[in-house]
Amino acid sequence: MKRVGVLALQGDFFEHLQTLKKLGVEAAEVRNQEDLAQVQGLVIPGGESTTMSQLLAETGLDQAIRARAKQGMAVYGTCAGAILLAKKVLNDGGVKGLGLMDISVERNAYGRQVDSFEAELEANGLGKLKGVFIRAPVIQSVGRGVEVLASLDGKPVLVRQGNLLAGTFHPEIEGEARVHQWFVERLKAESTKHRF
Amino acid sequence: MKKPLKGTWKLKEGLAQMLKGGTIMDVVNAEQARIAEKAGACAVMALERVPADIRAAGGVARMADPKKIREIIQAVSIPVMAKCRIGHFVEAQVLQELGVDFIDESEVLTPADEAHHVDKKRFTVPFVCGARNLGEALRRMNEGAAMIRSKGEAGTGNVVEAVRHVRAINEQVDLLKHMGLHQLEELARNYRVPLELVERTREAGRLLVVNFAAGGIATPSDAALMMQLGCDGVFVGSGIFKAKNPQKMAKAIVLAVTHYKDAKVLARVSEGLGEAMKGQEISKLDVRLQERGW
Repeated sequence: MKRVGVLALQGDFFEHLQTLKKLGVEAAEVRNQEDLAQVQGLVIPGGESTTMSQLLAETGLDQAIRARAKQGMAVYGTCAGAILLAKKVLNDGGVKGLGLMDISVERNAYGRQVDSFEAELEANGLGKLKGVFIRAPVIQSVGRGVEVLASLDGKPVLVRQGNLLAGTFHPEIEGEARVHQWFVERLKAESTKHRF
Repeated sequence: MKKPLKGTWKLKEGLAQMLKGGTIMDVVNAEQARIAEKAGACAVMALERVPADIRAAGGVARMADPKKIREIIQAVSIPVMAKCRIGHFVEAQVLQELGVDFIDESEVLTPADEAHHVDKKRFTVPFVCGARNLGEALRRMNEGAAMIRSKGEAGTGNVVEAVRHVRAINEQVDLLKHMGLHQLEELARNYRVPLELVERTREAGRLLVVNFAAGGIATPSDAALMMQLGCDGVFVGSGIFKAKNPQKMAKAIVLAVTHYKDAKVLARVSEGLGEAMKGQEISKLDVRLQERGW
């Protein structure tokens, strides 16, 4: 069985841990490089991308995660996590991300908290999902190797590229486990081949 | 497809969850807001004055000037909170209109209503409220607060009251476990909240909403202490910009909140910070802000 880490520097990491545990997955908090060495996949939670980016640099986890992801470690980023995975961040507020996915993400693109919303989504292979968008970013463009799994009003909200998965909404606070399930299944399959 | 929903409980509670493990800093201008964001604050609280100065100034403390709030909103990309007076629902309407992300209905300002807190369910924007004990916390939640913080004693740089309040809530939640239905009913009556809220709290074994520490936190160790006592994150008011070196103090507290169980990190970040804000003994205070609200 693989152990999945949840980056626990700041944000709603507890909700991700709960969601993974509900699926019967062994899940652990990742706060430093030693923690990261113990896991085979990583979830980057929602929270403040500026805060997480500072703390990633401070702990050296930015380099370590980048190196592991390039070797094929599966990573799923939600909201702030998606921002951190992007190669390009618009309205960056000083965020220095991991620069792993060929996507361009604009922070707080829907507006402020009063503009946060819940909407129904249709995701490829997952069916209808309830999307909770909180001060959410928008994926403005995707590169050639990026597959769009779900969109809202013509903008991608769930995308994958090789071993990387990014979503701008929060299944974890909805108690919605299907995206995590999908992620974990790919992670298991990945033990036989290098990438999913 | 159905129309998107806004201002739902899930969205209010959800934003509070995104703040967890973070430090929220009081700021009085755009420059301080930028320092806070750069240091890793997960949100800022826009104020006219920090609590220590409110305490020193005396008089009636009100909502900050909208111009100031706009200036701070413009300066940073992280969530911006602002305070309204207890019961002053029009100040809250103004703050929501300004685009503030969270409203703190706060005892640090002079209360506007002696009988009613703001009816927070009527707003799209989420609210955080202070509490000294479980009863206060549940009453505020019942009025629609999506987040609770300890009251502590703001502007003193003395963490003792925040510790008292967080311990009180922890102990009172623990006691629920041993109560039968009659006792729970009686407690709900005393607390003036629905029985269901008490029962759900008992089941969860903690407050049902995000619970931050606030009031008197002045050092990285203070922040980590509150986290080890079970808080989800920390508000630092006067503690940052009343310190000798605000940048350094801000960053150290952010790191302490993330690595609150790691004494090695705590020792490292606490080193050579310069003087923390000058604290005050609670027994020597003229005004106890925590006694405002009920």
